[in-house]
Amino acid sequence: MSEHHLRTPLSEEDVRMLEAGDVVFLSGIIYSARDKAHALIRRDGSPVSLQGAALYHCGPLIQEGRVLSAGPTTSGRMARYTDEMLEMGVRAIVGKGGLPPEPFRERAVYLAYPGGCGAAAARRLEVVAVHLSDLGMAESFWAFRAKDFGPLIVAIDSRGRDLYQEARE
Amino acid sequence: MREQVVEATVRALQKAEIGLPEWVIRRIRDAAARERRPLARQHLRFMLENVAIAGQDHLPICQDTGLPIFQVRMGRELKLDFDLQEAVSEGVRKATRLVPMRPNAVHPQSRENSLDNTGLRMPDIIMDYEAGRGLSITAFPKGAGSENMSLVAMLNPADDPFDYIVERVRERAANACPPLFLGVGLGGSFDLSARLAKHALLDMDGREEDEEEQALLDRINSLGIGPMGLGGDTTALSLRIERAYCHTASLPVAINFQCWANRKATEVIL
Repeated sequence: MSEHHLRTPLSEEDVRMLEAGDVVFLSGIIYSARDKAHALIRRDGSPVSLQGAALYHCGPLIQEGRVLSAGPTTSGRMARYTDEMLEMGVRAIVGKGGLPPEPFRERAVYLAYPGGCGAAAARRLEVVAVHLSDLGMAESFWAFRAKDFGPLIVAIDSRGRDLYQEARE
Repeated sequence: MREQVVEATVRALQKAEIGLPEWVIRRIRDAAARERRPLARQHLRFMLENVAIAGQDHLPICQDTGLPIFQVRMGRELKLDFDLQEAVSEGVRKATRLVPMRPNAVHPQSRENSLDNTGLRMPDIIMDYEAGRGLSITAFPKGAGSENMSLVAMLNPADDPFDYIVERVRERAANACPPLFLGVGLGGSFDLSARLAKHALLDMDGREEDEEEQALLDRINSLGIGPMGLGGDTTALSLRIERAYCHTASLPVAINFQCWANRKATEVIL
């Protein structure tokens, strides 16, 4: 169980060295997207390049461009889009509750941020831009600048180890 | 009186969104002291730290500020000369701007967002009538992560409802932001069981579980699901069962999941 401080964009090497149970703190740009943004990206493509991106399953609470609370949403609802997002170059999906591990093999990781801890996240994230803003506050595609955002637990690693599955068994 | 109800609604939501009831904090703290898995212990401590940060920064604990659900306790001798639904709605609209709360309420089909957390039949007000002339309102904003995992099942009377509950918690807990608070409704009808489960959560106040509740809670905690589903001794922090007589051919069971951020605040008006 080791601790890593990483900066986006993430390389393949960055994510392949991570093992389930490791703790990560992320800096750099991260993007938030949930149900509606995923559906639009499938239809129209991503508004930004997702090469090496960290994609955060989050519907933040924002007021006048300031992040007030920004914990994770349940990733399972976006499971149908995992393959596509990873194909577009996403190296880390941040969320809660987990996803089927197969698509992550050899190329990406799933990072768990403690659910409900939105106030703590707000101290580590600032708004850089908002895309797909017609979708409204919770559903827009936000770009955040992260400063040591974490603790993020490597819950699914690129070798196929899945802490959620292990806990259920 | 209408104005008092509006203001009490705003205050109850403000209090609920930014802090947790003392007994909820105590249950998390006690679990952190008992938890054997380091990662799980760290999660529980981080949750408590997050609540402290929310208090210092005066911000909602969680970005999912929930669907506005209220319990109103009203004396049977009291007569209201205004529309309670309308007054509480105004309170919700005000609190959405003031707290602020994320606009969560949408039409179920068009998904159009009202932007003020009100809409058709929303807020949801659960009325409880009591003796006397009292009036109080409890805000119980309910996040979707845990509410989405809740369910009603019409079991066969020969089934063991507790086996059923343990299996559903095993499958679903990770998505519901554990450690959980679980409201269980046993018996009644299809919808009464669901209301019992919601009431079990509304009435949960930190009192000790009875023998049957404790046995079920222990079984759930022995699953090893742990905080956020990443493994550990702490899967649920409290469990309450509410019962009603049911048809001899039926066994309705409802489980209402509540995440660790068990936000609830009461304002007494009268």
